[in-house]
Amino acid sequence: MSAPLIEMRGITKIFGAVKANEAVDLSVAPGEILGLLGENGAGKTTLMNVLFGAYAPDAGEILVEGRPVAIHNSADALAAGIGMVHQHFHLAPRLTVLENLLIGIPGKSGRIDRAGGLARLQEIGHQHGLSLDPNLPVSALSVGEQQRLEIIKALFRGAKLLILDEPTAVLAPSEVDGLFAALRSMAAQGLGIIFISHKLNEVRALTHRCVVLRHGKVAGRVDHPASTTSAEMAKLMCGHEIVPPTREASTPGAAVLTLDGISTSGHAGTPLRDVSLFVRAGEILGIAGVSGNGQRALADVISGMLPPKAGTMTIAGKTVTQFSPRELQALGLGRIPEDRMTTGLVTNLPLADSMVLPRIGTESFSRKGLLNPTAIRAFAEEQIKAYDIRCPGPMVRAGALSGGNLQKALLARELAFDPKVLIVSQPTRGLDIGAARFIHEKFLAMRAKGCGIIVIGEDLEELLMLSDRIAVMYEGRIAGTLPSADATVARLGLMMTGAVQTGEAA
Amino acid sequence: MSAVFEQIFQVGFLAAIIRIATPLAFATLGEMFSERAGVLNLGIEGIMLLSAMAGFTAASLSGNLWLGVLVAVLVGALMGALHALFTVALGLSQHVCGIGVTLFSSGLAYFLYRLIFGQQSVPPSIDGFKPVPIPLLSDIPILGPAVFNQFTLVYLAIVAVPLAAFVLYRTPWGLSVRMVGENPRAADSAGVSVIATRFQAVILGGALMGLAGAFLTMAQFNAFTFGVVSGRGWVAIALVVFGRWDPWRSAGAALLFAFVDALQLRMQASGLGHIPYEAFLMLPFIFTIVAMAFMSRNAVAPSALLKPFRREER
Ligand SMILES: Nc1ncnc2c1ncn2[C@@H]1O[C@H](COP(=O)(O)OP(=O)(O)O)[C@@H](O)[C@H]1O
Ligand SMILES: [Mg+2]
Repeated sequence: MSAPLIEMRGITKIFGAVKANEAVDLSVAPGEILGLLGENGAGKTTLMNVLFGAYAPDAGEILVEGRPVAIHNSADALAAGIGMVHQHFHLAPRLTVLENLLIGIPGKSGRIDRAGGLARLQEIGHQHGLSLDPNLPVSALSVGEQQRLEIIKALFRGAKLLILDEPTAVLAPSEVDGLFAALRSMAAQGLGIIFISHKLNEVRALTHRCVVLRHGKVAGRVDHPASTTSAEMAKLMCGHEIVPPTREASTPGAAVLTLDGISTSGHAGTPLRDVSLFVRAGEILGIAGVSGNGQRALADVISGMLPPKAGTMTIAGKTVTQFSPRELQALGLGRIPEDRMTTGLVTNLPLADSMVLPRIGTESFSRKGLLNPTAIRAFAEEQIKAYDIRCPGPMVRAGALSGGNLQKALLARELAFDPKVLIVSQPTRGLDIGAARFIHEKFLAMRAKGCGIIVIGEDLEELLMLSDRIAVMYEGRIAGTLPSADATVARLGLMMTGAVQTGEAA
Repeated sequence: MSAVFEQIFQVGFLAAIIRIATPLAFATLGEMFSERAGVLNLGIEGIMLLSAMAGFTAASLSGNLWLGVLVAVLVGALMGALHALFTVALGLSQHVCGIGVTLFSSGLAYFLYRLIFGQQSVPPSIDGFKPVPIPLLSDIPILGPAVFNQFTLVYLAIVAVPLAAFVLYRTPWGLSVRMVGENPRAADSAGVSVIATRFQAVILGGALMGLAGAFLTMAQFNAFTFGVVSGRGWVAIALVVFGRWDPWRSAGAALLFAFVDALQLRMQASGLGHIPYEAFLMLPFIFTIVAMAFMSRNAVAPSALLKPFRREER
C-alpha cells in the first residue's frame, strides 16, 4: 500500500490538568472516509485542531504523504492540503459568501480576485454538486448552507483531506442525505475525509474505517463499520455496555403543574394559543412537535420568563400565573433551557458561579448579602464529582466545557435542589449515547422520587422511551395528548404535521 | 437677520468647512481602520497631540515642513504600534490601554515641548503650509477657491477617502482587516495572521492620526499649544460610529461636523454677540451627541471589536 495521505503519530495534547489527547495514532488514505468516534470530551475536536494547526501538540508528529511536516498554524495546514469544517462555523456573517471564500487568498495586481474566485466557485459546484449564491451575506444562509460554504472553502484552498467536526449535529435529517452524497462524491474523487460524529448509525452508513477515542486515547479501531453493530461501537466508546434504562410502572400522584387556557403574544417565535396541560407527581410528560411550533413560548411561560396574556398556571394547586422566575424556583420549579450557552449559563464566568446562579442570593450561597465563595466552590466540587463532569476544576470558564459536560452541570444544578416540577428542552441534543443515557437515568430517578417532569423534544424515540404521556404541539396549540403506550413514531409524526387530532384534550 | 446670514455664508465658509474637516477626516479614517480590525484606539487624542508636537518641533528645528509631516506620521505609527503591543499582542483591555496611551502621549508631548522650547511668553510659531491652487480647477466659481485653493494636506485627505475605501473593500489586506474585526477565528483558520493584520491596521490608523496632528500644527495653527487637539480625537471616535465604520460615511460625518463647527465660528463672529460665545462652542458637540443618538441605533460595530484573540481558547 502506498503512503497514507495523512498520518498522525503519538499525538499528545495537554490543557492544564486535562490530557485531551494521549499518544494517538491515526491515518487516512486517499479516497477513504475515516470515522472519528468518541464520547463528548473524548478529545476528537482537540485532535483535529492539532492536525489543522490551531493547537500545538505537546508530543507527536504529523506526516503528509509520507513526509513529516511542521504545522504551526492553519496556514501551514492549508498549504499541506488539510481543510477543516469546524463544529462552530468559522465565518463572518456580515461578509458575503465570496468574501468569506477569498479571505487569505492572494489577490491579483493588488486587488481581491473576484473573477478568479467566481470561476473557482463554479468549478467546485460542478465537481461536487455544491453551489451557493456568491453575493449573499453569510447571515442570510441557512445552517446547512453555511456548512456547505465551509466545505467549499476547504476545497477552494485545494484540500486533499477534509475534516468535518460533527457536521450532522446541526442538520435536519433531510439535509444529512445531501451532505453524505457530497462527501461520497468527494471521496470517490480521491479526497480523504475525517468524519466526526457520535451518531453511530451515520458512522456505519458513511465511513470506511473508524477510530474510537476514549479519555484522549485510542480505545479501538473498527475496520468494517457497516458490518459492526452499534452496540459494539458504543461499548468501545464508553468502555462498557450501554443498556437502555427501563421505565418502571408507577402510579402518578396529584397534578403538580397545570396550565389552563394559556395564550401568549409578543414573543419571538410561535405564540401559544389556548394551551391546557398538566403533569402529575411521578410522571413524565413529553412534548413532541417540530421545533418552532410554540415550544419556546411554552418553556418560557412555565419558567416565568414570559407572562401569559390569558389563562392560569398553578403549581401544586397554587395559582402562579404572574410569578417571576425566582418565585417559581422557590416553589420548586427547575428548568433546563434549550440553549445551554446563551440562557443556560454565563460562558465567561467560572463554572462554579454558573452552577449556583439561580440560587445565588439564597442562604446556601450567600451570607449577609455577600457571596459565600467557599460554599459555592464546595457545591460545585461536589456536583462535579457526583455527575462526573469532566473539567479542570470548578473555577474553569464555563465556556471551556464540552456540550455534554455543560448539560451535566445544568442538570446537577437543578437536581441538587429536589425540584417538584422540572421543565427541560432538548435535554440530549448534541450528546453522545453514554451522556444521553446518564441524563435519561437521572430523569427516571427523579420521576421515581415523585417529581413531575416535562420534556420538550424532537427526538420521538427518546420521548417514547421516557414519557408516560405525550402531548403534540402544532402551531402553538396542543394537537392532542396520548398515553405513550398508545403512541408510535408514525402516529406522533402524523399529529406533528397537524394532519390528525387525537387524544384526551383537543 | 439677513445681514447675519450673508456674513455667515460667504465664499470663505466653504473653505473653512474643508479646513476644519481635514484633520477630522484623517483621524476618523485612522480610528476606523483600527476598529474595523477589532481594536478600539482611545489613544487617538494623545497620539494626535504627540504627533502634532513632534511634527511641529521637527519642522521648526529643520525648517522643512514635509520632514515635520514625516516625523508626525512616524510618531503616530509608533504610538499605534505601542497600543497594538498592549491590546493585540498581550490582549489587554482596549479601554484601559487606550486611555493609558492618551495620558502617556499627552504627558510626553508637554514634557518634551517644555524641554525643547522652554517657557516662552508667546508660543513659538513656524511658517506653515501655504495654500496651493490647482490650475484650472481653482478657477471654478465658489467651489474653486474653497476646495481647490487649499493646503496639499487637504488634497491628501480628499484622496485618502476613496483610497481607504479601495483598500478596505477591494484589496486582500482590506478583506483580512474586515475579517479579523468580524470573526478572528475565521481569519485564523483561513491562514490569515490575526495578530499581524491587527498590528498593521492599528499602526496604519496611528499614522493617519499622526497626519491629523501634523495638519493642526503645520497648516491650521502653525504653532503648538497644549490645547491644539482639544477633543478632536474624541470627536473622531464618535464620527466613526456616526459613519458606521465606512470610509465614505465617516468622511461625510467629518464634513457634517465641520459644517456645524464652521457655522458656530461664524455665528460667534457675527452680530449675535449678546449670546455668550460658549453657547456657540457647544453646538458641534451637541450636534455630535444628537446625531450619535439617532445614528448609533442601527449602527452595528465590528463583531470582534474589543475582543482580544487567543488561539487556544474557546
Ligand atoms: N481550549 C481548551 N482549553 C482547555 N481545555 C480544553 C480545550 N479544548 C478542549 N479541552 C478539554 O479537552 C478535552 C477534550 O475536548 P474535545 O476535544 O473538545 O472533545 P470532543 O470533541 O471529543 O467532545 C475536554 O476535557 C475539554 O474540556
Ligand atoms: Mg467536539
